[in-house]
Amino acid sequence: MSELQREVSELERKSATAARLFDIRRIIGGLFVVYGVIVTIAGFTASDADLDKAEGVNINLWTGLAMLALGLFFLVWLKLRPTEAPAPPEAAKDENG
Amino acid sequence: MQYLAEGLRLPTNGLDYTLLAIYFVVVLGIGFAARRSVKTSLDFFLSGRSLPAWVTGLAFVAANLGATEILGMAATGAEYGVAVVHWYWIGAIPAMVFLGLVMMPFYYGSKVRSVPEFLLQRFDKSAHLLSSILFAFASILIAGVNLYAMSIVVEALLGWPQWVSIVVAGIFVLAYITIGGLSSAIYNEVLQFFVILAALIPLTVLALKRVGGWDGLTDSLAKSHGDNFLSAWGGTGIGDANPLGANWLTIILGLGFVLSFGYWTTNFAEVQRALSAKNMSAAKRTPLIAAFPKIFIVFLVMIPGLAAAVVVPKIGTAGSDLTYNDAIPVLMQELLPNGVLGVAVTGLIAAFMAGMAANVSSFNTVFTYDIWGKYVKRDRDDRYYLSFGRLITAIGVVASIGTAFVAASFSNIMTYLQTLFTFFNVPMFVVFIIGMFWKRASMKSGVWGLLAGTSAAMVNYFVLYKQGIIDIPSDQGANFVSAIVGFVAGAVVMVAVTLFTTPKPESELAGLVYGMPSPEVEAPPEEGDLAWYRKPALLGWSALIISAACYIPYSF
Repeated sequence: MSELQREVSELERKSATAARLFDIRRIIGGLFVVYGVIVTIAGFTASDADLDKAEGVNINLWTGLAMLALGLFFLVWLKLRPTEAPAPPEAAKDENG
Repeated sequence: MQYLAEGLRLPTNGLDYTLLAIYFVVVLGIGFAARRSVKTSLDFFLSGRSLPAWVTGLAFVAANLGATEILGMAATGAEYGVAVVHWYWIGAIPAMVFLGLVMMPFYYGSKVRSVPEFLLQRFDKSAHLLSSILFAFASILIAGVNLYAMSIVVEALLGWPQWVSIVVAGIFVLAYITIGGLSSAIYNEVLQFFVILAALIPLTVLALKRVGGWDGLTDSLAKSHGDNFLSAWGGTGIGDANPLGANWLTIILGLGFVLSFGYWTTNFAEVQRALSAKNMSAAKRTPLIAAFPKIFIVFLVMIPGLAAAVVVPKIGTAGSDLTYNDAIPVLMQELLPNGVLGVAVTGLIAAFMAGMAANVSSFNTVFTYDIWGKYVKRDRDDRYYLSFGRLITAIGVVASIGTAFVAASFSNIMTYLQTLFTFFNVPMFVVFIIGMFWKRASMKSGVWGLLAGTSAAMVNYFVLYKQGIIDIPSDQGANFVSAIVGFVAGAVVMVAVTLFTTPKPESELAGLVYGMPSPEVEAPPEEGDLAWYRKPALLGWSALIISAACYIPYSF
C-alpha cells in the first residue's frame, strides 16, 4: 500500500460525512413543494394577459403541479427508503492487510 | 461572451423575486447544514468519499450545465441549427462512458484526491506541478469569466448594475463553499439541476407551441435556412461548405475524440464529483448516470435556439440588435408569465453560481493538496490543511471577483486565455491514456507530452490558422483541427522521450496502469450494487446505443 493510500484510508476512517451529512432529498422535496404551491396558486389566479403571453397555455398551473409532484416524489422516496445507517468502519481491519 | 442587447428587460414582479429569494436562502441553508459533516480535509474537499451515485451523477452533469453552457448551446442551435447535437451525442456521451467504464478504476482505485495527483503517482513532480498550477489558474479565470457573464445577463434581464451581481453571487458562493465544502457545492448542484429543468421544460414547450410545433418549426427553418440547418451531418462532407466550418472527420476526431475526452476525463471540476462517490461502483456509475440526462438536455437548448431563429429571424445578424446568446432570454421575455418567469430567472442565476462553484471547489482542492501540501508546507496535521482549504477558498473567490472585473474591461484577452486553456486539456488526455495503458511510458514523458501537445495545438491555432497559412473556414473548425494536431504531437513526443529515459519502477505502478492490479484487496461490492440496473457496463452501453439512435432522425 502506497503512502498516499495509507493517508487517504486514514482520512476516510476519520471522515464524518457519511454519518453526519443530511439527506439532500429532504431539501429538494421541500423546495419543490414550496415552489409548486406558489406557482400553482399563480396558475389559479392567472390573468388573461398571462394566458395570452404563454400561447394560451396556463403554464404556471402546469409547471406548478409538475414541481409539486416532483417535490412530493422526493419526500415519499425519503420516507420509503430513509438514509441507511453508515456501515461500521471495516477499514480498520483492512488496514493491516 | 457578447453583450446582451438592450431591451431584454424582463417584466419581473414581486412573485418572481420571492422565488429567487427563497432559492438564495436554501443555498445558504445547505451550506450551514453541511457544516457539521466537515471534520477532516477529505470531508471538505471530497465529501469524505461517501456520497451515493445518483447525487454525484447529477452533480457531474450539473457542474457542466452552467449558464454559459446553456446560453451558449442555445446560441449554437440558433446559429448552426441541429448540428448542435454533436456537442452532446458525440462530443460528450462517449467520453463520459469511457471515463466511467475504463478510467474510473484507476482514478478511484488509486485513491488519488485530484487529477494532478494521479500524474504525480504515475509520472513525476514536473508533470504534477505543471498541471496543478495551470489548473489552478484556469479555474480562477473561468470562475471569473462566469461571474462576468452572469453580471451581463443579470444587468440585461433584471437591471442590476454589474458590480452588484458580481459581488452578491461571489459572496454567496464564498459562504456556502467555505462553510460546507464540497458536499455543499454538490448538493447545490443537484438542486440546481432540477431548477434548471423546471425553467427549460416550460420554455421549450411554449417555444414549440409558438412556432407551430416541430413540423411548423422545421418548415419555417427549411425555408429560411435550407435543409442542412435541420440535419446533423448535412454538408459535412470533406470539402463541402457548412456554417460549422468542419467536416465529419474533424467532428468525430477533433470534437468527439480529442476535445471531449480531454474535457470530460481529465477536467478535475468534473472528475472530482466522481471521486467523492462512496465506493468503486458508485464512482463508475457517476458519469454513466450523468450521461442519460445529458443525452436529452440537448433538446431543451436546441429547440429554444431553433425557435429563436424563427421568432427573431434576423437574430445574430447586423439587422438585429439581438445576438445568438440572447436566444433563451428573448424567449423568456416573450413567453413566460410571472411565476414561471421567476423560476427561469432563478434557474439561470443558480446555473451561473453553480458553474462558478464547481471551479472554486476544484481549485481549492488542487491548491491545497497538490500545490501547498506538496511543495510549500508538507506533512502538517490534517486540521491545518482543512483550515488552509477554507482560507484558500475565500482567496479563490476574491480572486475570481477580481478576474470578473478585469474581464469587464478586457474581454478579448479573456477569450484568448480561455482558448489557451482549452489547448492544455488536449495533451492531458494523451498523457493519461498513454500513462494508463503503456507501463513503459517513462516518468519524464509526462511533462514533455503535456508541453509538446499544448505548444503544437497553439502553434496550429494561433500561427498556422490565424495567419492564414492553412485554410480552415471557421474558428470552430480550427479548434477541432488544432486539437487533433495537439493530440498527435503529444503522443509522438511521449513515445520518443520514453525511448530515451528511465521507466517508472513497476512496483510503483500498481493500480495505476492497465494490467498492474493494485495489491490492495478490493472491497467487496455493497449489497444492492449487484442489481442489474446498477451494472456499469449495462448503463454505459445503453447510453452509447441511445445516443447513436438519437442521431438517426437527424441524419437522413
